[in-house]
Amino acid sequence: MSSVATPVPAAAPEAIPKTRFDVRPLALMAVLALAAWPLIGSSSTWLTLTIAGLAMGMIIFITASGLTLVFGLMDVLNFGHSLFIALGAFIATSIFGWMTGWVSAPSLAQNLAIVFLALLAAMLLAGVMGLGFERVIVRPVYGQHLKQILVTIGGAIVGEELIKVVWGPAQIPLPPPEALRGSILLGNASVEKLRLVAVVIGVVVLLALLYTLNRTKIGLLIRAGVQDREMVESLGYKIRRLFVGVFAAGSALAGLGGCLWGMNQQIVTPQIGGQVNVLLFIVIIIGGLGSTLGCLVGALLVGLMTNYVGFLAPKVTMFSSIGLMVAVLLWRPQGLYPVTNR
Amino acid sequence: MTTEALLRLAGVHTHIGAYHILHGVDFDVPAGQVTMLLGRNGAGKTTTLRTIMGLWAASQGSIMFDGRQIGGPGAGTGDAARGQRGTPEIAQLGIAYVPENMGIFSDLSVSENMLLAARGARTVDGLDAKRLEWLFGLFPALKRFWLYPAGKLSGGQKQMLAIARAMVEPRRLLLIDEPSKGLAPAIVQNLIAALRELKRTETTILLVEQNFAMAKALGDKVAVMDDGLVVHRGPMAEMAEDEGLQHRLLGLSLAAHQ
Repeated sequence: MSSVATPVPAAAPEAIPKTRFDVRPLALMAVLALAAWPLIGSSSTWLTLTIAGLAMGMIIFITASGLTLVFGLMDVLNFGHSLFIALGAFIATSIFGWMTGWVSAPSLAQNLAIVFLALLAAMLLAGVMGLGFERVIVRPVYGQHLKQILVTIGGAIVGEELIKVVWGPAQIPLPPPEALRGSILLGNASVEKLRLVAVVIGVVVLLALLYTLNRTKIGLLIRAGVQDREMVESLGYKIRRLFVGVFAAGSALAGLGGCLWGMNQQIVTPQIGGQVNVLLFIVIIIGGLGSTLGCLVGALLVGLMTNYVGFLAPKVTMFSSIGLMVAVLLWRPQGLYPVTNR
Repeated sequence: MTTEALLRLAGVHTHIGAYHILHGVDFDVPAGQVTMLLGRNGAGKTTTLRTIMGLWAASQGSIMFDGRQIGGPGAGTGDAARGQRGTPEIAQLGIAYVPENMGIFSDLSVSENMLLAARGARTVDGLDAKRLEWLFGLFPALKRFWLYPAGKLSGGQKQMLAIARAMVEPRRLLLIDEPSKGLAPAIVQNLIAALRELKRTETTILLVEQNFAMAKALGDKVAVMDDGLVVHRGPMAEMAEDEGLQHRLLGLSLAAHQ
């Protein structure tokens, strides 16, 4: 290609191969779903489990997306992420507690309103707490991996105890609002209404996230920063500010995810964050650290796997996600969608 | 030709970890001219550019840009004064940097790479169309591959993108680190042609090069580094004439020094 600087008519763009979107990780998802079908036997059960798996995957994705971006941008592994999940879930119990009238009212509008109110409050508070967490816990150890791990785990423990101080150490039930209880029938598969709500919210968040990352300048800066933060600074942008924003947004999303997770489980314990945390790290490692798309595919894979295995062989459910991670890493050591330039 | 120095380095020392790399670098970059920074591998050329950009901190000496101190002890306001890297603020003064690895965001498209460099534009449509046409004239490949992922470009095209990106908005000083590195001779010729066109616009450029032919074709002034110091300063034309000087400073004959 020696004709670089000679004026060439606008023809012949075939000099550069079009990027092919890498569909194999998506195919893996389809393979997993199809392989589970004969094992499960019944089509309706399979459909129920698949939708439950996708719903769970969506919630995990919402929760994990901030974690992967925070790592990608600043090399910060935040083990305190789980704190915001627990926070979101507990805020939901409070909001539901204060407005029992709306929760038990048999009106879909009021029920959805209360759900959105809880999600909004969870996001706001978790976002604000995220700002504080970044300032107090993460900033002093920026660039020091071992200390980061230790101090963010410490921060999470302190936070968990503070949650116990505010909400008490006991588990709190979080029953879904009246109109969202029970299931609806899709064909002959029963699908819990709450799961549908989770899927819808997950899709909305996913679209908003994709729009921000791909169509706005802030999103471009984030994607560029994940690849080469020094160059972003050399272009005149303060990456620290960007990072603080992403940290707060990631915490807010964790709060939102925790709120959904709590509603999904229908019970909230102070340990909720720690339980989910393991899954989150599995998901972002499967996806490729720093990759949003990888995070989504990883989350859906883990969601499906957990639900299928939970039905077929409940005892090995936890192992199945780790097994999945091992298998993916043997196939692609950098994760499904590795971030280039790292 | 006495032109005022746009950039002046005086006694700049840089340490990277335990290593003392620059030992008091002095030189001027006159406004509106192309200053070549030559020297053997490991002489400290890249470190000098990175120190100007604030990516490494100067531990002693001063770096003045347009009468304002941007590097060395006592420099910096805002973030830099709080112990954070002052690079974004230095860039905002109008200094653009093309690093040796080009710093292309390979997952982003060519247009997105350009957009990121234009601090004043929010969308690709907001880019200065006239300026863009001018850049397309210099680097036609960019227009052809405008929507392609930058990672798919060839090495030469990436270099073109890196330089065009640095120029997407008017900048006062361009720091370019070894643009000819790893490029085929024909492509280097294209690059020289484009940089000459840039030179015609009186853009101030500080260009690190190993390719002496390129230095000869573009340079007004030259500074030669060795072992963390500037060991020779003068007009490029003078050095181009004097093969003995070249041999002594660069340690290689012209023909071998590609």
